[in-house]
Amino acid sequence: MKLQPEPQMPRVWRRESKPHRFCPGCGHPLALKALGEAVDDLDWQDRVVFGCDIGCSLLAWDFFDLDTVQTHHGRTLPVLVGLKRVRPELVPIAYMGDGGAYAIGVQHLVSAAARDEPVCSLVVNNAVYAMTGGQMAPTTLPGQKTETTPYGRDPALSGHPLKGAEMVAAVAAPEAYVARGSVANLRQLKRYLLRALQNPHFSLVEVLASCPTNWRTNAAETWEWVEKEMPRYFPLGELKGGVREEERR
Amino acid sequence: MTAVIERERRAFLTGNEVVAWAALAAGAEVMFGYPITPQNEIMHYWARLAPRYGRKFLQTEDELSAGYATIGAVLGGVKAFTATAGPGHVLMQEALAMAEMMRLPVVAIITQRGGPSTATVIYSQQEVNLACFGGNGEGFRLVYSVAGLQDLYEYTLKAFGMAWRYRLPTIVLGDGYQAKMRGPVKLFDPARQGIDTGMAAPFLGAAGTPGRERPPVHLRNTYNLEEELLAVVEEQARSFEQVAEQVAEYEEEKREGAAILLVAHGIVARAAQLAAGRLRRRGKAVGFFRPVTLRPFPETALRRAAFEAEMVLVAESAWGQLERLVRASLSGSEVPVQAYRRPGMGITPEELEEELEKILAARKSSGWSRGDEVAARAADATGLAP
Repeated sequence: MKLQPEPQMPRVWRRESKPHRFCPGCGHPLALKALGEAVDDLDWQDRVVFGCDIGCSLLAWDFFDLDTVQTHHGRTLPVLVGLKRVRPELVPIAYMGDGGAYAIGVQHLVSAAARDEPVCSLVVNNAVYAMTGGQMAPTTLPGQKTETTPYGRDPALSGHPLKGAEMVAAVAAPEAYVARGSVANLRQLKRYLLRALQNPHFSLVEVLASCPTNWRTNAAETWEWVEKEMPRYFPLGELKGGVREEERR
Repeated sequence: MTAVIERERRAFLTGNEVVAWAALAAGAEVMFGYPITPQNEIMHYWARLAPRYGRKFLQTEDELSAGYATIGAVLGGVKAFTATAGPGHVLMQEALAMAEMMRLPVVAIITQRGGPSTATVIYSQQEVNLACFGGNGEGFRLVYSVAGLQDLYEYTLKAFGMAWRYRLPTIVLGDGYQAKMRGPVKLFDPARQGIDTGMAAPFLGAAGTPGRERPPVHLRNTYNLEEELLAVVEEQARSFEQVAEQVAEYEEEKREGAAILLVAHGIVARAAQLAAGRLRRRGKAVGFFRPVTLRPFPETALRRAAFEAEMVLVAESAWGQLERLVRASLSGSEVPVQAYRRPGMGITPEELEEELEKILAARKSSGWSRGDEVAARAADATGLAP
């Protein structure tokens, strides 16, 4: 399908795979737009290797005109760690959901951060397992209804939501860059992504993102939730500043 | 790259040391690993040797990471390997399934230990199922079962060559006995012996800007439709069947009119070979067959050998894992298959001799038709016996 006139897209987006496959109102394409613009700004199309995971993130397997590898369960990170170890000139981006990064593959995230692997992780936090039909995620908020917490997440029963960015910031090297942005503030998100990509150490950007399909929310409620509700538990901002350009010289 | 081993030399090494030297000589650039017995010393020796030859090592957080990081390095276009065993091998299968799906030349050295689960750290042949068919797939991988230190050296070299030539994950299947035993080995430069150790090339990050100067590479595991996946797996199957004909390997000692064909793999094959040879020297009609590749399994050769025998005896340090491969190969034939199963136990030539004698005696007393000692002596006279 060819849209006329063609909407404005980052150069690095692959035209042939658009329109994309994400649900209407999904936060992924916004995060991928900010990422695409950041790669465009750096003009790094020949250096960036994109890795995506299982779940909704895998829908991005042919999203970019970038060499891409798709895997699952947060293993995107060790794949890119292996790649970076032998091809230091490449800039690998591990694009994962909160389930892959903070639950089933959390050991990879913690260990890559602790070892200060120079890989950029981009974790989309939409507070649910979306592709599998809306189960509780490590990031599901207290009281939030999901298919496996039909009466709302009860912290006494299933614990509190995991603050992944804070956890990573606690174990990462002093030079690491860790930030939490949101699809509700794309300018800020892009700024974080640019810093993350340019940081020659480990970096993590968590992105608060919407999932109206599984949240069962209308447009106004969706935006309210991602913009107001989520940051009350997951505060936005930079947790670790990385190495700034002026310090690197 | 200058050769790691310029001149052929004899060394007195453990199996795990042999693997490290072979990987160096094969041009492996990096190893990823996680501690588990009896594989540990492969990492120890590699970690010591690697920097001297400009190679790399990373101790990962687990075998999942070791397997996937090996995949990442392979994607980058270098020869890479990992090594594990037992419960670590279980985790490793996840990465090997991805390598199978994407046809990535990942090399894994497996030093089998006892199972199920934690079990013993010492020895077994209980990881045959896992090595051949682990993961949620069809087992499109190469599995070389080695039988001794020289084998470990040569098949580790070869594993890299075959993996990269055919773009298949390749396993060198050893065990704790071979990993830890020390003995004489002949080390040599593979290039001088004409052993292909593979040419690596990048899957990702090749020259040129993707989307501008060349199409982007999009490697995926995921498929939306049943038909899409079917087409992919059918193509893999066709390709694997073609490869199978070229790579299936075995070793045999024939015996015309053999009463018993003794089948064993790995280190047990050495005991089996000795036992069969001793019996033949005593005039008994016993043949020997060792599958070297367990995937693909040398089915045609085994069928040919088995059909010439009265019966097949499978000996293994597992409860029927090799036996199942043998029975599948012989399906449709009338040749009876018996098993000598010793999961987690070493098998000596003496106990196999005893077992074979017992079977021969029982057969004889029940009026055996063909492979009796008279026929055996007749065969000896034709010079067929070693």
